[in-house]
Amino acid sequence: MNGYNFAYLDEQTKRMIRRALLKAVAIPGHQVPFGSREMPLPYGWGTGGIQVTASVLGADDTLKVIDQGADDTTNAVSIRRFFARTAGVATTTDTEQATIIQTRHRIPEKKLREDQIIVYQVPQPEPLFKLESSRAETRRMHALAEYGAMHVRLYEDITRFGQVAISYDYPVMVGGRFLMAPSPIPAFDNPKMHMMPALQLFGAGREKRIYAIPPYTEVRSLDFEDHPFRTTRAPHRCALCNADNSYLDEVVTDDRGGRMFVCSDTDHCETRQEAGHAGTGEALVREAPVGSAARGGGMKP
Amino acid sequence: MNIDLPGFADPVAQAQSSFRALLDAMARPGTIRAAGAGLMPPSPLDPATAAVLLTLIDGDARLHIAADCAPARDWLVFHCGTMPCPDPATAGFVVATALPDLATLSAGSDEAPESSATLVLQVAALGTGTKWRLAGPGLKEPAILRVTGLPDDFAARWAPNHALFPRGVDLVLCAGTALAAVPRTVAITEG
Repeated sequence: MNGYNFAYLDEQTKRMIRRALLKAVAIPGHQVPFGSREMPLPYGWGTGGIQVTASVLGADDTLKVIDQGADDTTNAVSIRRFFARTAGVATTTDTEQATIIQTRHRIPEKKLREDQIIVYQVPQPEPLFKLESSRAETRRMHALAEYGAMHVRLYEDITRFGQVAISYDYPVMVGGRFLMAPSPIPAFDNPKMHMMPALQLFGAGREKRIYAIPPYTEVRSLDFEDHPFRTTRAPHRCALCNADNSYLDEVVTDDRGGRMFVCSDTDHCETRQEAGHAGTGEALVREAPVGSAARGGGMKP
Repeated sequence: MNIDLPGFADPVAQAQSSFRALLDAMARPGTIRAAGAGLMPPSPLDPATAAVLLTLIDGDARLHIAADCAPARDWLVFHCGTMPCPDPATAGFVVATALPDLATLSAGSDEAPESSATLVLQVAALGTGTKWRLAGPGLKEPAILRVTGLPDDFAARWAPNHALFPRGVDLVLCAGTALAAVPRTVAITEG
């Protein structure tokens, strides 16, 4: 595209981000501040991820962008087109063909390889944010590895609900040292971060932080010996590809409680359908008890 | 004056490919990557050393040029657009051809360990010479890095730096058109 540098960012900005990235890789899980730039899209739409991708991307890379696992949603389509225009790189929806995968809120179902890089878009990089609002204080807590408050928060969940009630952005310990926010991926995806062969980079544009997990690094979801970390998924099969082990989206199909469970990873689902797997293709119908509305809703807890 | 010698012929593409080599080397300690092919930097710099500096250094980075690299000072000043930092203790980057005392370089602070120095050390050769066994994040199993030109007591000199984690100096080794990296997380034994 005329009038822009390769991959939109100017070279001085790329150097600044590249210096931050190298330090982030050298200190797994530690948030490195960087001079986040104004990007041609609003905060919250992946400005951090885009800046990291732009600094890493080369002309011979193949880029895949997913948003909640889907290749065809607005955010994914526009970011993919942004780099196709400003960098002229090849883009793909196929997880296997991609060399760089920028993601919002999911890790692909397919196992990533050593020659791939995954870039996460991060809204809130500070895992202690909801427990301690002062940045100065959380920095000190990280320096001292003082993470008791987070364990107390998990413990309170167990006393109140009988289990840890965090379904996404579930905090992890990286390399046994730094508490890290994995970005709002479902807790279902947390185990994929552990010893992943691919390099994982995280960019938070509004909060101006970059962090990273090198390949083959220990990533443990916080838990207790008597309450080990467990992943959850909707107890259904994908209605399109019949998968019983992928993360499912619940799609509302009408205004009478009808809903359908389908794979959140569209590439994974389509690959399976092409291989001959087929689901029922039918929506589930919720049967509303007659007259139950008067007693305050038809759903049993 | 040696500033007549060219820098990157294609600054955008070559900085990107050098950075990817460096990022990959940092993420997988001990793997040897190619960088700087075609560069003709002034003595004593090798192409890989020059490529790393051209990729990372600008007016916002504090580069200390060790005395043994002083002949390349003008070239680095011109092509990186930076004024060298005279004090190695406050530099973000240090370029040298002999291993300095790591304790004299900035190890960063507990709250900002990323402010530590990156040592760009030019050695005689990578892939041949003394075997060093590396272990740490980025490595599925311990890896062997062969280097010609590191002091015999390198493992002993590295250990206190590694023990500082999360503080500590990160090391980039360059020789010819090859580079390898050893971040602070890596434990080194003679192997």
